[in-house]
Amino acid sequence: MNTSQRPTALIAEDEGLLAENLRQELAKLWPALEIVAMAPHGQAALDLALRHRPDLCFLDIRMPGLSGLEAAAALAEDWQEGPGAERPFPLLVFVTAYDQYALQAFELAAVDYVLKPVQPERLAQTCQRLKQALNQRQAPSQAASASDAPELQAAVEQLRRLLGAPQAPASAASPAAAPLRLLQVSVGNQILMVPVDEVIYFEAADKYVRVITASKEHLIRISLRELLPQLDGQRFWQVHRSLVVRSDAIARAVRDEAGKISLHLHGSAEKLAVSRMYAHLFKGM
Amino acid sequence: MKLPNPENSFKAFGALGSSEAAQITYKQWLLRQARIVLIISLVLATLMRVLAGQAFIPSFLFCLCISICCSSLIQTMSYGATWLINRWRGPEAEQASWPGWPLMLVCLIVGSTLGYGLGNELGRWLTGIESVGILRAGPRQGLSMVLMSLLPGLAVTYFFVNRTRLQAAQVQAQTAQRQAAEHQLRLLESQLEPHMLFNTLANLRVLIALDPQRAQAMLDQLIAFLRATLTASRASTHSLREEFARLQDYLALMQIRMGARLRPSLDLPADLSELQMPPLLLQALVENAIKHGLEPSIEGGELHISARLQGQGDAAQLLLEVRDGGVGLASRSPSSVGTGFGLHQVRERLQTQFGPAASFQLTPRSDGQSGSLASIRMPIQTTTPARPA
Repeated sequence: MNTSQRPTALIAEDEGLLAENLRQELAKLWPALEIVAMAPHGQAALDLALRHRPDLCFLDIRMPGLSGLEAAAALAEDWQEGPGAERPFPLLVFVTAYDQYALQAFELAAVDYVLKPVQPERLAQTCQRLKQALNQRQAPSQAASASDAPELQAAVEQLRRLLGAPQAPASAASPAAAPLRLLQVSVGNQILMVPVDEVIYFEAADKYVRVITASKEHLIRISLRELLPQLDGQRFWQVHRSLVVRSDAIARAVRDEAGKISLHLHGSAEKLAVSRMYAHLFKGM
Repeated sequence: MKLPNPENSFKAFGALGSSEAAQITYKQWLLRQARIVLIISLVLATLMRVLAGQAFIPSFLFCLCISICCSSLIQTMSYGATWLINRWRGPEAEQASWPGWPLMLVCLIVGSTLGYGLGNELGRWLTGIESVGILRAGPRQGLSMVLMSLLPGLAVTYFFVNRTRLQAAQVQAQTAQRQAAEHQLRLLESQLEPHMLFNTLANLRVLIALDPQRAQAMLDQLIAFLRATLTASRASTHSLREEFARLQDYLALMQIRMGARLRPSLDLPADLSELQMPPLLLQALVENAIKHGLEPSIEGGELHISARLQGQGDAAQLLLEVRDGGVGLASRSPSSVGTGFGLHQVRERLQTQFGPAASFQLTPRSDGQSGSLASIRMPIQTTTPARPA
């Protein structure tokens, strides 16, 4: 972070009135803070954060597209790529109307959380904590190189735990009845039956999923998020938020000097990048 | 029988109460056994002193010896039997806390008989008083000794079994009560969805400074919505007109929050407006469509709510539909479809009020668009059922 510059922040909130209000309250409490982006949904939050590389992110939990937690996790995955990768990972503040069950967890993964309706006194406390955290990290961050990024590592850990844990009793994923065996792929006016066992990996592509087998490549009309619970978790591993690999198709995992892991596959010359979020899957026995 | 009638002196109180034993410490259990042995010995020695004129101290010693022997044997056997039963059932099965009456009787008979014999010998050795041992007694005397020694054991076993049952029944009653309260709370929470409530209040808080008139209108809608939700649980039916009015309040609140992402339309033919329906049933479906269909969608979508008649004459039914243009059922997490508490509640209410005459369905839209269609079919009700005055 450049000390001569004003601290920057992003606000992600799907309800316009509330987003605008948070901006005004922050302007009153912390005039030096510059709001560089307002995101109306989770995907926009991710894109804008990567573009502006802010110091702080205020993330609403329930947003259309990606939830605040999912956006934060995706941000942690992508942070060290592209321009601005050397900047420290933003300090996170989660904003929620009512997620009682997760408040404690939010506090672990973020600097703080704020409850809606936002009370100015409480928000002032949050600003205080954020200022402290920003000051604290200025000193040591000069010594530690950005690639060590202990903060990013910690954030990744916490977010992984948060996303893995059931968010709410109602949304706790039930063990899928039986894992999917066949993919029905529409091609023109026919439907191909592709055994799941032949798939080497799945890759998310917008609202579709690319299905890569040894000989062919298909496109199916389902999102990776919908597909994932239907797969056998023992056989198919998610290694990136947009990649799911059949575990026995992995020949070896290679770690480069920068600590990034890539997968070499049986039956394909392609190499797949493992994101930080899933690096813990590959640690050697 | 002029002897210190050790016959009476068995006291083997039952092994029992093992299920409680599970809840008490080993020390507490030992203390309780000692107390029971002591009390029974004291009572019997006193009886022998008063009724048969025996010397108190030797009688008491005899009684104590026999009690301790019977008690240890019966406890050991019943514990062993319980252990064997549990082993035989396997670790997954429900664990027995005592061997059950038939086996317990065997333990009592064998334990009392052996315990009596053993205790008698021990007593004779300690006190030097000759008493008729069970082995040397005639068949009649022996039988009566056995029967008599069984009595205290039976009584104590019976006492503890009953007490355990009583406690279990109390625990069950408390559990049932707590579950009923929890259910009530969940029902209220599902109707007064906290997320919706706090987000609405957050908007209201902003509007008060920004646009007081709109804030007031919003507050009025919130009040109407809260009043309807809280009273709905008391009335069993209200008119379609009222239901649609409540929906309008609710949708107006949601529109302030979601803006153009929520595009509702309501269709209630005038001739149906006085028909009766269970209160806030459609409301639950609308909330569901918004929460799982429209809120997760970045673009949002339309929300169409309609009431119409289907079929002719006696076969005619009221058809209520909620159609949304949201993300559709496939995108919802698999576990939340149709198992959510709100929808479960809708099914249950229809079932209790109409039985098989009503039905509820949640399906993907059939017109090829994304989104889902929730439909309720129910008998036509023209009048309010008589209510208790």
